[in-house]
Amino acid sequence: MTKKHTDPLERVAQEMKKCVKCGACRANCPAFSTFQREPATARGKVALAQHLMKGDITLDDGTYSAMSKCLLCGSCVDKCPNQVPTDEIVIAAREALAQRRGLTTFHKAVGQVIKNRKLMNFGALAAAVLGPVFFRKVPSTSGLRLRFPMPFIGGSRHIPQIAKKPFMKRHPEIIKGEPGKPTIVFFVGCMTNFVYTEIGEATLALFRHLGCTVIIPQGQQCCGLPGMSGGDLETVRGLAEQNLAAIEKHQADYVMTACATCGGALHKLYPLVVGKRNPELKARLQAVADKTVDAAVLLQKLGLHPEETGTGQRMRVTYHDPCHHRTAGIAKQPRTLLQETPGLELVEMEGADRCCGLGGTFNVYHYESSLDINAGKSKAIIDTGADAVVTGCPGCIMQLSDGLKQAGDKTRVLHTVELLARKIRR
Amino acid sequence: MLDARTLQQLTDIVGAENIATGAQDLICYGYDATQMEFLPDAVVHPDSPEQVSRILQLANKENFPVFPRGAGSGFTGGALPKGGGVVLVTTRMNRILRIDTDNLVAEVEPGVVTETFQMAVEKLGLFYPPDPASLKFSTLGGNVAECAGGPRAVKYGVTKDFVMGLEVVLPTGAIIRTGGETVKGVVGYDLTKLLCGSEGTLGIITKIIFKLLPYPDSKKTMLTVFDSIDGAARAVSTIIKNKIIPTTLEFMDHATLTCVERRFNLGMPESARAVLLIEVDGDRDLIEKQAGQIHKLIEPLGLVQFRVAKDAAESEELWRVRRLVSPSLRDVNPDKFNEDIVVPRSKVPDVIRRIEVIQKRYDIPIVNFGHAGDGNIHVNIMIDKSVPGQIEKAHEAIKEVFQAALDLGGTMSGEHGVGLAKQPYIPLELNAEQIAAMKAIKAALDPNNVLNPGKMLP
Repeated sequence: MTKKHTDPLERVAQEMKKCVKCGACRANCPAFSTFQREPATARGKVALAQHLMKGDITLDDGTYSAMSKCLLCGSCVDKCPNQVPTDEIVIAAREALAQRRGLTTFHKAVGQVIKNRKLMNFGALAAAVLGPVFFRKVPSTSGLRLRFPMPFIGGSRHIPQIAKKPFMKRHPEIIKGEPGKPTIVFFVGCMTNFVYTEIGEATLALFRHLGCTVIIPQGQQCCGLPGMSGGDLETVRGLAEQNLAAIEKHQADYVMTACATCGGALHKLYPLVVGKRNPELKARLQAVADKTVDAAVLLQKLGLHPEETGTGQRMRVTYHDPCHHRTAGIAKQPRTLLQETPGLELVEMEGADRCCGLGGTFNVYHYESSLDINAGKSKAIIDTGADAVVTGCPGCIMQLSDGLKQAGDKTRVLHTVELLARKIRR
Repeated sequence: MLDARTLQQLTDIVGAENIATGAQDLICYGYDATQMEFLPDAVVHPDSPEQVSRILQLANKENFPVFPRGAGSGFTGGALPKGGGVVLVTTRMNRILRIDTDNLVAEVEPGVVTETFQMAVEKLGLFYPPDPASLKFSTLGGNVAECAGGPRAVKYGVTKDFVMGLEVVLPTGAIIRTGGETVKGVVGYDLTKLLCGSEGTLGIITKIIFKLLPYPDSKKTMLTVFDSIDGAARAVSTIIKNKIIPTTLEFMDHATLTCVERRFNLGMPESARAVLLIEVDGDRDLIEKQAGQIHKLIEPLGLVQFRVAKDAAESEELWRVRRLVSPSLRDVNPDKFNEDIVVPRSKVPDVIRRIEVIQKRYDIPIVNFGHAGDGNIHVNIMIDKSVPGQIEKAHEAIKEVFQAALDLGGTMSGEHGVGLAKQPYIPLELNAEQIAAMKAIKAALDPNNVLNPGKMLP
């Protein structure tokens, strides 16, 4: 074995050959819909990755920029006649670029923060990236830093309030349920832990209502997805191992998350990019992946009766499908739960499964384009006349809230569990 | 190679943000669905006929080739910049200029995506029938330049049957109008028809006037399964002979069904050897009657299953079988040559038998499906390019397939065009005099051979 890095692109070399450059991806890519140039399409990125692997393309800003124009939403994969996994190819290409060229300053900063739990005090780096809003409230260990890197985004973004006390600090590690009921590991995620703590509280209340034992492993970290956006797969691997250790410490029937993005990391990304050279690690990650389940899906599976727990308030709601749900085939379950909730009327928006435009670091590098994609989403939501848009991903919630506020609209943005738990949390 | 001064002049025409010379752009505008790749020297995105005209004038002055491109979804390389030069992308010109509900015509720019246009006219109760498989991403300009077809051609015809007039920038830079928006018109040569399917060699289309139809009242989808390929092929000619013109008559042979079944497990009967997907549209009572007639006509031909969709959702379910073909084919072999021969409709059984013989002789899998209702069969020669000798073998087999189509009174290509991919086979279909006449037209319109040179004609 040589010490030389194996090219991450080798991992997807066979998959890249499946792309016949037919152009079907032009019809479905939210990034292409705003940039309108071929390097933003899936086939364009596959072509560039192929040239990158052959070594006959210069590693200039153009290549980096092309690869950054991807939300990893997976729309192209769904609609591709040959099912080319462009999302995996882009992940590999970003990693290859990072290996060859080094990470950008921004992504280095992201990696430092999301992987280092001991960096509890704010250094100059954190201050520079985070800006004054979060200076006091968000620990530098959070992947949230990527969500709001102040110097990198325009001044117009609406930024949500940060919780006074993070969710995980409010609860013990193990919350005992009734005997004979399932034991559930709750993977909280940074957005829920630091910003949308209500989602965490609602999720917890619902599983306790069902009598489950809920474990919130204290060793859990950021899922690492923000790091992956920039090709920092080393950081992702480190976080995957730490999260694995934290989860494996407990005997559980399920690993549950109320964040579609975290779910995507646990369920798909980790086994895919981590432990390629370590089959034992890969098998353990796969075991966790197999147990990972979305909160709404699990609630339905365990027989939640929303008429006992959910809102009684009359409300017209519409549902937005997070990309990480769509690619995992989750669409019906949250809708069914909402339809069973008393008082709720579910209306479908146009293009409910279209990406909101957040896309990890995409919204940082391409904030204007991200806004452009989001504007279409906001219009679809407003057109339904719904009182609230409901979804299953805190990342989407932040992006949708931003879009609606930019459009001057007052439609509320809620997580499915918040509506489902309203009665039992009063 | 373009010199710095020429690049500057191009930049002056389109603006700095609409010209690209970086390696990434050159790569991404150097491919299409043929899987060939040629790198251009620059890519320009003009926004008006005037800009297109100035680019072509400059090309004649500085002697560089210009390759018009829409979505780059062609199957024969029509948009590929072979030999280098400037790729001219039409997708910024993507406005639907007007939809005239009084006269049932519409005027559009070439970069409008086919489906976008269809949805816009359908909102007004109108209908633009041409439906190439790429309609969700291909552009109307590309559709006209290649004369795209599609499943609905059986009843409605192909793109050229809907083009009434064009605005075209000729290779020398002159901007002209052809045709118009009247149903009749005989003044001068019919340049509109000449430009349809000219594959970007005679002019760059900058506006299109389309004829529209009223949107059909209703439609009915039927999935019919046969116990022999011959039975299905005879069903096609039987239906037409009995004066029923379905909207679509899609055909899938046994090899195609095996691929789809293996991958997607649709529960086809054991005895299934071929499938016809039949759709009729029009007045509700009429299509009910037609569906009944079709059932009766094809029953004696070895029909083992006849399913009629009750609603739109069921219709979509039946169409799924057809749509799953493309992703399934790779299970046979990793690479394919996708040809689109056409024969007179009554000759469909004959050509299928000829292809079976060719398949056995060369011992390579050939999968047939497509628009049998208009005699257009997609012949997919499945090979593994990494196996030595397979490519050569495929080329020999293709030649024989083409010859079979021609012997039966057909043509090598119904809708994909010639471009680069079919260029070597042209002498099979066109004789020296025909080619000379076409070359004379090209030379008259493009004296310096700057527009899409090296394409179509040998």
